[in-house]
Amino acid sequence: MTQNIVEIDNLSFGYSGRMLHQGINMVFPRGKVVAIMGGSGSGKTTLLRLIGGQIKPSKGQVRVDGEVVHQQSREGIYQLRRKMGMLFQQGALFTDLSVYENVAFPMREHTKFSESMIHDLVLMKLNAVGLRGAHQLMPTELSGGMARRVALARAIALDPDIIMYDEPFAGLDPISMGVICDLIRTLNDALGATSIIVSHDVKETFLIADYVYFVANGTVAAEGTPEDLRQSSLPFVHQFVHGEKDGPVPFHYAAGDYKQELLEFTE
Amino acid sequence: MIRSGLLVSLVRTLRNIGHRFTDSVWRLGAGTKLFWLTLISSGESFRRFHLTVREIYFTGVMSLIIIIVSAFFVGMVLGLQGYNTLQKYGSSESIGVLVALALVRELGPVVTALLFAGRAGTAITAEIGLMKATEQLAAMEMMAVSPISRVIAPRFWAGVIAMPILAALFSMVGILGGYLVAVPIIGVDAGAFWSQMQANVDFRLDIVDGVIKSLVFGVACTMIALFEGYDAPPTAEGVSLATTRTVVTSSLTVLILDFVLTSFMITV
Repeated sequence: MTQNIVEIDNLSFGYSGRMLHQGINMVFPRGKVVAIMGGSGSGKTTLLRLIGGQIKPSKGQVRVDGEVVHQQSREGIYQLRRKMGMLFQQGALFTDLSVYENVAFPMREHTKFSESMIHDLVLMKLNAVGLRGAHQLMPTELSGGMARRVALARAIALDPDIIMYDEPFAGLDPISMGVICDLIRTLNDALGATSIIVSHDVKETFLIADYVYFVANGTVAAEGTPEDLRQSSLPFVHQFVHGEKDGPVPFHYAAGDYKQELLEFTE
Repeated sequence: MIRSGLLVSLVRTLRNIGHRFTDSVWRLGAGTKLFWLTLISSGESFRRFHLTVREIYFTGVMSLIIIIVSAFFVGMVLGLQGYNTLQKYGSSESIGVLVALALVRELGPVVTALLFAGRAGTAITAEIGLMKATEQLAAMEMMAVSPISRVIAPRFWAGVIAMPILAALFSMVGILGGYLVAVPIIGVDAGAFWSQMQANVDFRLDIVDGVIKSLVFGVACTMIALFEGYDAPPTAEGVSLATTRTVVTSSLTVLILDFVLTSFMITV
């Protein structure tokens, strides 16, 4: 068993002639909560898709549990994905299935559990996220925070080794944010899993992450424990962590001369 | 100056035509690939037949009202128009044959397919398109569940199974509509209506050919609806355009296929 459950080696990825990542190296040790942070459009979610084998790298490799993801057959990728659970940004619950059936979905697809066992497991997973009482509701009847928690229960339905979170805090009220934040850490420790969080919410992520990677301009701009990064004097990290509006990431999108653009317009 | 403007406009037109052509070829290729993947991923749809039955309910049973009501009125119009023409030649008793043949051979499969494309096809496209836009298909993929075998294939087989049944119901209800106009209202002899129909409608040449047509239309309409949904850009506008394209492409495909199939079936 390798010490790191996920390893990214010298990874480059791009499309339409534009490189999104160039020579990225990351490791995700077993049992840890590791965050990938960076601005919008920096390719954080793409990294999750590369780990999940939904897209192939242009160069380098991603290894999950020692297996190179992009060298696997479709069946091989599916085998690897059975070790993963993923929480999508908006939950991605199946809207035609109830909360109960959403959580039961992976069990019905991948196991031959009896109906009574599925019943008990679903209620246990829902209880873990505090929504056992909502098992009969449909996804349309849930708030954003509740939907995210049901999606989390579904992601851990088969006790995965890796749990990936794509912007788990986006668009949540402070209470739901605190609940999700607490659940990520608690479930990771209870299941002995490894969690990979993609987020740009500094406060919540720093609260639960063991290690953080900052991605900018296609590379790992900084890495370290939350405490290291809080103290970091790197301009980008400083701007990001303290939410400063101007710095290495400029407030203004690249544009021509302001005065000239205002004056040159004629009817 | 004018010449160069014309040249630019010509180049632009040619480029647009070329783009549309390559786009159509690409879509045809992608659609064929999805069709093939659906066929080889169909085991699940039969092993867990309840998935297909559920979709038969949504595509077939939920289309029943529009099919039955349309068939009834189409049959009544056929009865009226047929009687109006046939009585000029003194053969108004043949109205039963006319109504039955028109429905079983042509109108049953074709109108059912057009209504199916408008009712069930658009629903399928919108559902799949929204599942894509809300990352439900991606979530399924990440759970190591193939969306093609779990979502696409059951809907495909549901459409293929539902279409001939709907077409048969359309023909049956249409004949009843024709009967209602011809016999109780106009006064054509009921015995002549049914016996002429029985004598002149051939099981192999008329009914089986009609079933073959509806099966082919079922494959075409359902596959077009599924492909448009699966290929839709994950935005509100993308899903809306895909839904429109489902109706337009399905309708044209049904009419073209109808001509091709009829020309093979009719022995001159």
